[in-house]
Amino acid sequence: MSDLRDLYQSVILDHNKSPRNLRRPADANRSAEGRNPLCGDRLTVFLTVENGVVKDAAFEGSGCAISTASASLMTEGVKGRREEEVFKLFDGFHRLLTSDPASPVEDAGLGKLTVFSGVREFPVRVKCATLAWHTLRAALQGSGLPATTE
Amino acid sequence: MKLDAERLRADFPILSTLARGRPLVFLDSAASAQKPRAVLDAMQRFYETSYANVHRGVYELSERATQAFEGVRTKIAGFIGAAEAREIVFVRGTTEAINLVAHGLARTTLGPGDEVLITELEHHSNIVPWQMACQERGAKLRVVGIDDRGDLMLEELDKLLGPRTKMLALAHVSNALGTVNPVREIVKLAHERGVPVLLDGAQAVPHQKLDVRALDCDFYAFSSHKLFGPTGVGVLYGRADALSALPPYQGGGDMILSVRFEETTYQGIPHKFEAGTPDIAGVIGLGAAIDYLSVIGLDAIAAHEHELLRYAGEQLARVPGLRRIGTAREQAAVISFVLEGVHAHDVGTVLDQHGIAVRTGHHCAQPVMERYGVPATVRASFALYNTKLDVDALVRGLDHVRKVFA
Repeated sequence: MSDLRDLYQSVILDHNKSPRNLRRPADANRSAEGRNPLCGDRLTVFLTVENGVVKDAAFEGSGCAISTASASLMTEGVKGRREEEVFKLFDGFHRLLTSDPASPVEDAGLGKLTVFSGVREFPVRVKCATLAWHTLRAALQGSGLPATTE
Repeated sequence: MKLDAERLRADFPILSTLARGRPLVFLDSAASAQKPRAVLDAMQRFYETSYANVHRGVYELSERATQAFEGVRTKIAGFIGAAEAREIVFVRGTTEAINLVAHGLARTTLGPGDEVLITELEHHSNIVPWQMACQERGAKLRVVGIDDRGDLMLEELDKLLGPRTKMLALAHVSNALGTVNPVREIVKLAHERGVPVLLDGAQAVPHQKLDVRALDCDFYAFSSHKLFGPTGVGVLYGRADALSALPPYQGGGDMILSVRFEETTYQGIPHKFEAGTPDIAGVIGLGAAIDYLSVIGLDAIAAHEHELLRYAGEQLARVPGLRRIGTAREQAAVISFVLEGVHAHDVGTVLDQHGIAVRTGHHCAQPVMERYGVPATVRASFALYNTKLDVDALVRGLDHVRKVFA
């Protein structure tokens, strides 16, 4: 069962149990809805962006432990960052999750977000971890269309 | 005769394989059933000894293939109680069978202001084709609700069957909740109002004896792959007059009598619905699956599954935080549930580490999930090869899930 502990690391379990930034900020000026058609999960990401900087990030919705913890850690991780940095983080996170499970974990400025490296071993769960990020990107790009993991 | 599941398991090669290094506990037959060796062998043998295209060649091999293929049509007619073999149309699966009827209805009867009636229990495949047909013709899709147990609200059904209703389409057995609908009564009610009925039998056929004439339905759809046969084949039963009234679904070879650029004359039923080369070996496999089931006996299978369902219900009731979704008066061998504080997908991932295969998600029945206010459920479904040991493994697995997410 060692794989299972790689997937459900204590940080993930903690953020699933008590998600950070699970709220709808009154002053949010960007938002997007994300859907994962595989499981029917939905979540909304709210951002307050001022002068190209993400001042606040929050989310609403419920999902599996992986998707909830990912949204929670993501909102913590992008606060105070410039939009370009956030896009870079998205790319780094996406690369981490789709990399060969046997390859070493690249930090690429991800820091705490590397706890999701265990998801690589569970290809069907990758979308759970990336849903919040796809939604975040859609909110920043302001396309107004719901984001999906497809 | 009582069914010996332990002995039958040996007929299914996959059941002796490992999953995540553990003996496979397969509790997802409602999604697709595993295949007995008899089916695999029949297909292999057919390819090796009798394969050629059907309805075409004058040579001996083609004749033999055609005979085998048409023989399965006759066998299916007998298996489901149809009056004639020509009432059996081979399609790709339940989904295509429903699309065929919905498409035909849109091109013949359905007009602006007309209604098609479905239920809240339906699989997406018995929702979307009707939605498309209604959109195309300016007709309205109406939906009969279910109560908290997952039973259809029959009074509502009674009210919604109106003068504009052109079709009632509903599941014989619900895939998400296991509800067995009282279809005989429902068909009677609909027919009293002159409304034809299509039954989605994908979840019913593998588990109980079927008699389409006793049910008196106009159409009945099911898939081979849930019936221990191969994927890619399904059956649409239609009473001869009901089928004859539908236009062809797809155009092509084998469905015509004569083709000229000015005009084409179509074949009669069932061939006018079977354009192109069918999944010949798949049909042969389905025939072998029906033979296999017939030897065991559908009554014995139903009794075995009923006992498993009872046992599973009892054992799962002891799991703290487990809530069953769907507790209909009559239930097929499907148990849907949620575990407090743990998402269905996380349950599925932990169970998978124990070699246990369950379905997690919305089961292609999002309206049902919405009705119960849950995004997803865990679904364990049983077939003739499952035993109480599988249920015990599931309960142990759920204990571990609770530990991981404590």
